[in-house]
Amino acid sequence: MKRFIGFIKKEFYHIFRDKRSLFILFGMPIAQILLFGFAITNEINNVQITILDHSKDATTEEIINKISASKYFTTNQMIAREADIETAFKKGKIKAALNFEKDFSRNLIREQKATIQIITDATDPNTANSITNYINAILQNYLQDKNKGIQIDYQIVPQTRMVYNPELKSVFMFVPGVMTIILMLVSAMMTSISITREKELGTMEILLVSPLKPFQVIIGKVVPYIFLSVINAAVIVLLSIFIFKMPVQGSLFLLGAESVLFIITSLALGILISTIAETQQAAMMISLMGLMLPVILLSGFIFPISSMPAPLQIISSIIPAKWFIIIIKGIMLKGVGMAFIWKETLILIGMTVLFIGLSVKKYKIRLE
Amino acid sequence: MKKENVIVAEALTKAFGDFKAVNAISFEVKKGEIFGFLGANGAGKTTAMKMLIGISKPSSGNAKVAGFDVYNQTESIKKNIGYMSQKFTLYDDLTVKENITFFGGIYGLSRAKIREKRAQLVSELGLEGISNKLVGSLPLGWKQKLSFSVSLLHEPKIVFLDEPTGGVDPITRRQFWEMIYKAADQGTTIFVTTHYMDEAEYCERVSIVVEGRIEALDTPKKLKEQFKVDSMNDVFLKLARNIE
Amino acid sequence: MKTIGFIIQKEFKQIFRNKGMLPIIFILPILQLVILSNAATYEVKNIKFAYIDYDHTSSSRALVEKFNASTFFNVLTDFPSQEIASSAMLSGEVDVVLEMPTNFERNLLKEKTAELSITINAIDGAAAGVTSGYVNQIVQSFNKDVRMSIIDTSKKIVQPVTIESIPSFWYNTTLDYKTFMVPGILVLLVTMITLFLSGMNIVREKEIGTLEQINVTPIRKSQFIIGKLFPFWIIGMGLLTIGLILAKIIFNTPMLGSLLLLYGYTSIYILVILGMGLLISNFTDTQQQAMFIAWFFVVIFILMSGLFTPIESMPKWAQIVTEFNPIKYFVEVVRMVLLKGSDITNILPQLLKTLLYALIMNGLAVWSYKKVS
Repeated sequence: MKRFIGFIKKEFYHIFRDKRSLFILFGMPIAQILLFGFAITNEINNVQITILDHSKDATTEEIINKISASKYFTTNQMIAREADIETAFKKGKIKAALNFEKDFSRNLIREQKATIQIITDATDPNTANSITNYINAILQNYLQDKNKGIQIDYQIVPQTRMVYNPELKSVFMFVPGVMTIILMLVSAMMTSISITREKELGTMEILLVSPLKPFQVIIGKVVPYIFLSVINAAVIVLLSIFIFKMPVQGSLFLLGAESVLFIITSLALGILISTIAETQQAAMMISLMGLMLPVILLSGFIFPISSMPAPLQIISSIIPAKWFIIIIKGIMLKGVGMAFIWKETLILIGMTVLFIGLSVKKYKIRLE
Repeated sequence: MKKENVIVAEALTKAFGDFKAVNAISFEVKKGEIFGFLGANGAGKTTAMKMLIGISKPSSGNAKVAGFDVYNQTESIKKNIGYMSQKFTLYDDLTVKENITFFGGIYGLSRAKIREKRAQLVSELGLEGISNKLVGSLPLGWKQKLSFSVSLLHEPKIVFLDEPTGGVDPITRRQFWEMIYKAADQGTTIFVTTHYMDEAEYCERVSIVVEGRIEALDTPKKLKEQFKVDSMNDVFLKLARNIE
Repeated sequence: MKTIGFIIQKEFKQIFRNKGMLPIIFILPILQLVILSNAATYEVKNIKFAYIDYDHTSSSRALVEKFNASTFFNVLTDFPSQEIASSAMLSGEVDVVLEMPTNFERNLLKEKTAELSITINAIDGAAAGVTSGYVNQIVQSFNKDVRMSIIDTSKKIVQPVTIESIPSFWYNTTLDYKTFMVPGILVLLVTMITLFLSGMNIVREKEIGTLEQINVTPIRKSQFIIGKLFPFWIIGMGLLTIGLILAKIIFNTPMLGSLLLLYGYTSIYILVILGMGLLISNFTDTQQQAMFIAWFFVVIFILMSGLFTPIESMPKWAQIVTEFNPIKYFVEVVRMVLLKGSDITNILPQLLKTLLYALIMNGLAVWSYKKVS
């Protein structure tokens, strides 16, 4: 036991002596969560649109003013010809063009109906769709004012309640995701690299011929990283609460426990990677190239899993991050307890056991 | 016959903060000489050598290698020297042939010349059967011999060897020194650091470095007479004790 | 020039000999491009929908039927009470619950107005907004049906004015996310591979000790650096080519603009990334450090590139930060050239900024590479 503690101390020395890595390990998560918490949003804001007004009357002017006044849009210069739309789109700044038909006002009064074309640069389908929806909403709003006094019968009034995130803040969606990604990648990458590093330098053999048992060697290597990751997790949670005003509806203790579980899962994955990779380079490429994009894309961090094609939904289930994101959203935003997340917790535990089991097996094969 | 000096060091010093790793050493090495640089681990041998080969700037003092200054003519020095470090520095993931080709290439040898040298080197070392094997798979002794031969590829005036025989068996060490003698016979100057005192006997002249200073410098024979002992090992032990 | 050839030859041999790395360099990115591009969609569909029907009338059933008919909603079940519904919401089984109160039908017919309550899980705010839009559309349409069937059309009533808006989605009429994402993800993969490989390369030789051997040779800094980086430049261009071919074959990604222009831009862009990798390599002592730094930048570059979330929605300061993000320019250019057919005059600002970036990065990298230990 004494030997073992000595060994863990050695690992801590390694980590704390390397000031640059230490700075990155602690500084990076903070910088990233601040940057992304503020900057990443899939709402639309300040979209530049241009206007092609064939009728230039009071009504169109009123509508244009309404659109300019909204925070979603900035109306750019007016253009005179349809051909100019194409040029504007190709330069990339303008995302949409509104085309008012000729005699807009007159049509609206005489025929009670006027037409407007909303042309969007749909290379980004999400933005294009949102622009169309928002402009339609503004038009509806304008019409409601116009139609005041006209009683419409048989109207159903839906009362919509947005639960867990009434202000529809995208921070609530992204902060748990960023936290997950940082914990996952840092933990998996750090362990896999630090173990393969010893393999590459040949010091692993020295450790293995020492009286320490192989699992003690591995645990010794992992313990300091658990410690580091727990600090990182705590800092991230504090930042989420105080800077991004994320609520913690559920138990803070449960949140902590689940975070530790997830950290261990990630470390176990790191160990598994290190049994496969022979060189640090391979370990890094597997943990960076192999994990980064799948974790970002398949975990539900940015893109809703339920919208993905069925095979991808199945693949997403093998991503530990997916389950952890469900767990933290549950605890922080929905305020659920173990009764609601035991399934996800069990899956994470199962994955951890699997990763460790596979590592032990691979390891034994090598020793024989 | 008076031979020219190819290495001249005057009060060469390298300081890291207050600590002087190399403390005002001065010496000359003649053309074709085998010059031993002896000392315990950490005595400053490698640091001194790094200044001479142009990859570490001296803190003070002067030195010329092959007639070029170690402060501002390092690239010219590099053209005229070969170097083999205590860390094995050929590429493990290249074959014997590929390593030779690569190092020949970056020293600016022509393709034809490389081919010729490569054939010569492979046959001299008896590597015919394994010249297409990865260097990483060779035993350490062979790697060291190959590494030495590679450092001679471009026919440098001086070869710097930093503890070249660390970790190899006595027979290989013997063969290694035969290669060194052969190179010296052909006019190459050899500057070799070692902490094996028996190897010191093979050198024409040796300098003994203790804590960054040269404490003794002469032929092994004269040093033994001077300290009235039978072996270089005893010379070294005496010196080390005096310092303490 | 000849010397550079020897280095390039050596690097290629080392890369292709490393059997463990080859699949990571070539297969992994391609697999990710093909698989992950399908995942990157903001489309909201298969919404997990449940309802509570306190009314049990033909009207309430008709409304549920409308949701059932919609392709967006996946009507899962009906709950007998609100408690059970909210517990299902908590466990994530459903995301939308529609509650039809008792007297829903009676109110609608007698009072000519009725209320409904809809609860939406809004953790994903953007998706919740879209969901709410879909719900409203269905309710409106149900409303219209009701009016049509009840109101006596012979009676003249005041018609409200309407504005008909005709949406027109250019360049991607079907709003296919893959069209949007495939070029962007390709760009990202090219960047990651070239940055990680170049960032690790020199520091790796430092760690093994071979760099010292190189440093005592008379080779010139620039020769060494060019020789080292050229193979990665080739790998980057090669990956782009494979990726573009797959994009065409598998995703039928439109390629309206000049491929020559895209390749020209990419050849400069990769220099930025290689310079950056080299700079990282120069300032670090171990591969571990180098990778942490590379990782730090890559995560920031990816998430601030406009690849997944729009840049113009970011706060002003964040938009300024993105100006220093090379991936942002590449993502913009690849989308503009492939999807919109933008020409060189359209992408000139991006091109010039990238060129400047390349000069600065490589200048710094060569300057900071010291042939001393």
